[in-house]
Amino acid sequence: MSLCALSPLLSRVCRFKVCRRRVQECSTTRCTGWRRRCPRRLPVLCCGVRSVSTQTDKENIDLSKFPADRIRNFCIIAHIDHGKSTLADRLLEMTGAIAKTEKNKQVLDKLQVERERGITVKAQTASLFYSHQGQQYLLNLIDTPGHVDFSYEVSRSLSACQGVLLIVDANQGIQAQTVANFYLAFEAQLTIIPVINKIDLKNADPDRVESQIEKVFDIPSEECIRISAKLGTNVEKVLQEVVNRIPPPVASTDDPFKALVFDSNFDHYRGVVANIAVVGGQVRKGDKITSAYLGKTYEVNELGLLRPDEHPTQKLFAGQVGYMIAGMKDVKEAQIGDTLYLQEQPVEALPGFKPAKPMVFAGMYPMDQSDYPGLRSAIERLTLNDSSVTVQRDSSLALGAGWRLGFLGLLHMEVFNQRLEQEYNASVIVTAPTVPYKAVLSSAKLIKNRRAIQKNMVYIDDQRVMMKYIFPLNEVVVDFYDLLKSMSSGYASFDYENAGYQAADLIKMDILLNGRSVEELTTIVHRGSAYTAGKAMCERLADSIPRQMFEIAVQAAIGSKIIARETIKAYRKNVLAKCYGGDITRKMKLLKRQAEGKKKMRHIGNVEVPKDAFINVLKRKDK
Amino acid sequence: MCPSDEGQSSINLPDPFARMIRRTFLGARRALSPRGLRFVSGGEIIEDVSERAARPHLTEQASLYVHEMLLLQLQQVHTKRGQPARHGGLSSEGGGDLAAAQSGVPVSITSVFFGGGTPSLARPSTIGAILETISRRVTLSDKAEVTLEVNPTPAGMSKMEDYCRAGVNRFSIGVQSLQDDDLKILGRDHSSHQALQTIEEAQRLCPGRVSVDVMFGRPRQSAETWEKELSELLRVCDDHVSLYQLTLERGTQLFKLVQQGEATVPADDVMAKMYRRARRTLHQSGFLQYEVSNFARNNAVSHHNTSYWKGTQYIGVGPGAHGRFVPLGAGAVAREARTQTLEPDMWMREVRQRGHGTRRRVQLGRLELLEEVLVMGMRMTEGVNHEHWELFSPQLGLHEVFGTSTEVQELLQSGLLILDDRGLRCSWDGLALLDSLLPALLVELEAQILPRPHRDHGADGQTQKTSNPR
Repeated sequence: MSLCALSPLLSRVCRFKVCRRRVQECSTTRCTGWRRRCPRRLPVLCCGVRSVSTQTDKENIDLSKFPADRIRNFCIIAHIDHGKSTLADRLLEMTGAIAKTEKNKQVLDKLQVERERGITVKAQTASLFYSHQGQQYLLNLIDTPGHVDFSYEVSRSLSACQGVLLIVDANQGIQAQTVANFYLAFEAQLTIIPVINKIDLKNADPDRVESQIEKVFDIPSEECIRISAKLGTNVEKVLQEVVNRIPPPVASTDDPFKALVFDSNFDHYRGVVANIAVVGGQVRKGDKITSAYLGKTYEVNELGLLRPDEHPTQKLFAGQVGYMIAGMKDVKEAQIGDTLYLQEQPVEALPGFKPAKPMVFAGMYPMDQSDYPGLRSAIERLTLNDSSVTVQRDSSLALGAGWRLGFLGLLHMEVFNQRLEQEYNASVIVTAPTVPYKAVLSSAKLIKNRRAIQKNMVYIDDQRVMMKYIFPLNEVVVDFYDLLKSMSSGYASFDYENAGYQAADLIKMDILLNGRSVEELTTIVHRGSAYTAGKAMCERLADSIPRQMFEIAVQAAIGSKIIARETIKAYRKNVLAKCYGGDITRKMKLLKRQAEGKKKMRHIGNVEVPKDAFINVLKRKDK
Repeated sequence: MCPSDEGQSSINLPDPFARMIRRTFLGARRALSPRGLRFVSGGEIIEDVSERAARPHLTEQASLYVHEMLLLQLQQVHTKRGQPARHGGLSSEGGGDLAAAQSGVPVSITSVFFGGGTPSLARPSTIGAILETISRRVTLSDKAEVTLEVNPTPAGMSKMEDYCRAGVNRFSIGVQSLQDDDLKILGRDHSSHQALQTIEEAQRLCPGRVSVDVMFGRPRQSAETWEKELSELLRVCDDHVSLYQLTLERGTQLFKLVQQGEATVPADDVMAKMYRRARRTLHQSGFLQYEVSNFARNNAVSHHNTSYWKGTQYIGVGPGAHGRFVPLGAGAVAREARTQTLEPDMWMREVRQRGHGTRRRVQLGRLELLEEVLVMGMRMTEGVNHEHWELFSPQLGLHEVFGTSTEVQELLQSGLLILDDRGLRCSWDGLALLDSLLPALLVELEAQILPRPHRDHGADGQTQKTSNPR
């Protein structure tokens, strides 16, 4: 294939990350056509050539040289901020996947929101080549999110692995999500390698952390590896232990092809990019594969390794982890947990995953109804890459057409929101499922206020206590975590899992304006907190409705019983004193604006309610 | 009686100003062609006025507002040049305006108002000259109301007699308060004693044609002290009172004090109470409220201001002045809203360079015109009566516009609004809430006039920005 013919295409597509793989598939005729269309792109030629030549080197990787016993699939799991992504950076550098520079900071965190918040939201995969005792190994590393909201991502990633690196901060010790993630790995029967990170810190106390690990997880302290990912101290040892301790995947290239879809992304130009773990056999470009879930058949257009950028290869073999593009147009076609097999060679489907359960629901509405179509397509596109978000159409009299979205947690919701704003330039009104509570500054009281029932309490060591409570979810979702953090000055950490449904004494509360129910403000509250919630809502609504010509009663009611009331007094006088010839223009402008505003008001009986009144009452309070 | 014609012959109007006046009214004259004027409403020619004699005042008559700055500028020119400069570059200067500002205006001036703050700084001779020039060019009846705003300072008072001689026959005195402390806070440079003297002198000169401005809602004022003060004022004042609520204007000393928390003005509810009590007190003293803030005894209403509320034409001359009229001389058929350049020096420069100070001309569409008629008319206690409305909207009566709206029905039922055989008006309580009633009425009016959701903006109001002076 001629490089010259290709270069214009390259320069053209360089802007999209697609370029390198396209090179392979493009027929010469098509490329020529491109060149004719953009002949002045030549200066970019050299860049294109370089990229193609390195490409060619990479193409030479012969994956068949890596049978299952030379493969290790592992995850890094940890509490948030304990250094997963930093360790991943070091591992990538040491194996030559990325150049070693000062700038490598959380290379795997690609999203803007991830970089800004310093968190990992989406699991990322990187295949590393590592030589150990004269043998080449293929190490597949999956960097996972640490935050509790994303534990679903973690459990999915674990299914493609045989072992994990459990990172614990040498200073902070075991935290809530250390425990949660440990159990995920433990239940998946994975090999767990505890890694104590940040030993370079002044207050590091690896001894204490080792004994915590021994006590809580029952892992002998000598199995812990003490490292500093930041400085690179002892990181080599981590790689060695990955090879030594983590078992290779049980897979044979002689079996029929069978692969697990453990993640998927959506690319606007190429459709669905599925992350797969090959459990048996092999797959090559051009193969016809079938989805066990849908029974649909696709042709493999492209496959390869993620290092961490996509790196096309001709084949993937049993035990290997990589990506695949097979003409799937909708992310729903690449069902997470689905099993892929070769057409006409059906295999028994892998167990798959339980779909993610949304834990937090919120209403999302466009600021202006004219933004609805734009917001709809933004949400659609974003959910393509985040199938854990559930979307239901909804409409509110106050806010117009919108959606009720389900998220895995509050952070998940915030991240989603931020991505909508940053990646799609959409601004939305987010409504809370329940009314935020007033903070009560005593932790025992907080937990009590949240209607929690204590389940057990374990002292992890003399400084740390682990308490388990059963909480009603609606008490937790809104702001519990933030309150907990602020009350404990950041020391307390928190994790939760769904404990199923329990009977609760919940009642419907109506908000009335001059006796008429405002249906968009009807909420479900616990009987015990109805009074406080009702009062808070009345106060906020009363503050947001301007005075009118008559008195307005703002009431909260349970059934026919009024439990809270605020009064908006009537205007007694509202007229501009002076209005002569020179005042007319200004006066008319003002009145016309009011008349326009009037049309946008929501009428409850004869009470005019500005839209932002609902927003003020419904909106989650800004921190 | 106020002398209106005497002594005018002895006053010479500066030449440029005479030319300006001439120009102003020239167009108007020309417009009065013998085949009769066409009556015009909102840009649509409805019928020949010649067939209905009752209506020509809509386009032929106007009231004239003269801003103090015009007077002062004229005087400046006059003083600099010594006596009237008959030749030279001055000709289009100065008021080149009044005239050119309004190329082509109506022919009959029904009232003149010299306002804008301190017009009493002007020389009586200047005022006389303006009036004389106007009456020479267009009809200015001897009986036309000629009002001058006066501040109750000794300087203003001393000239009042000469003003009368020059043709002024009504005074509007900015008393504001009878409390000396409050006058200071309000930034006034007169005392309550001087105010009382000025009222007395004005009454001597123009009995029954003196208005006083008084202000409530001042810092530290209570409803009780206000009521007492008003009663005191009513004992000495003439037959007209304008009642204003203090509004805090940005940039004033008081605004600053209130911002800094060093002064507080009464709360909204107290303001409402003050207004209510004032209306009651005035009523008990025989004053009839005829507009939101204007009260008259013995039918001594301000004809000039009433013309604003009744939607008749007016011409404004001077920096920042507004006008509403059909520039017939310019061949127009629709009423225009005109605004003159606000900043005095700039205004003056524009007049010199272009011969007029009109900064903005907007043609009022049918809806805009009716909106103004409604908004201004509803300020009067008599509201908008059917005949008045029909002048502007012969096709669609008040009942048709407002009769079907549920919201208006609610307002009628709640007793704030009245729609009957006489017309549409506010009740006693409703008048105090007018600004809350008007948006509802405007929404309804627009819905009736423009029933289609997509209104044609092009036909509805055209803004013509006159060329920028620079």
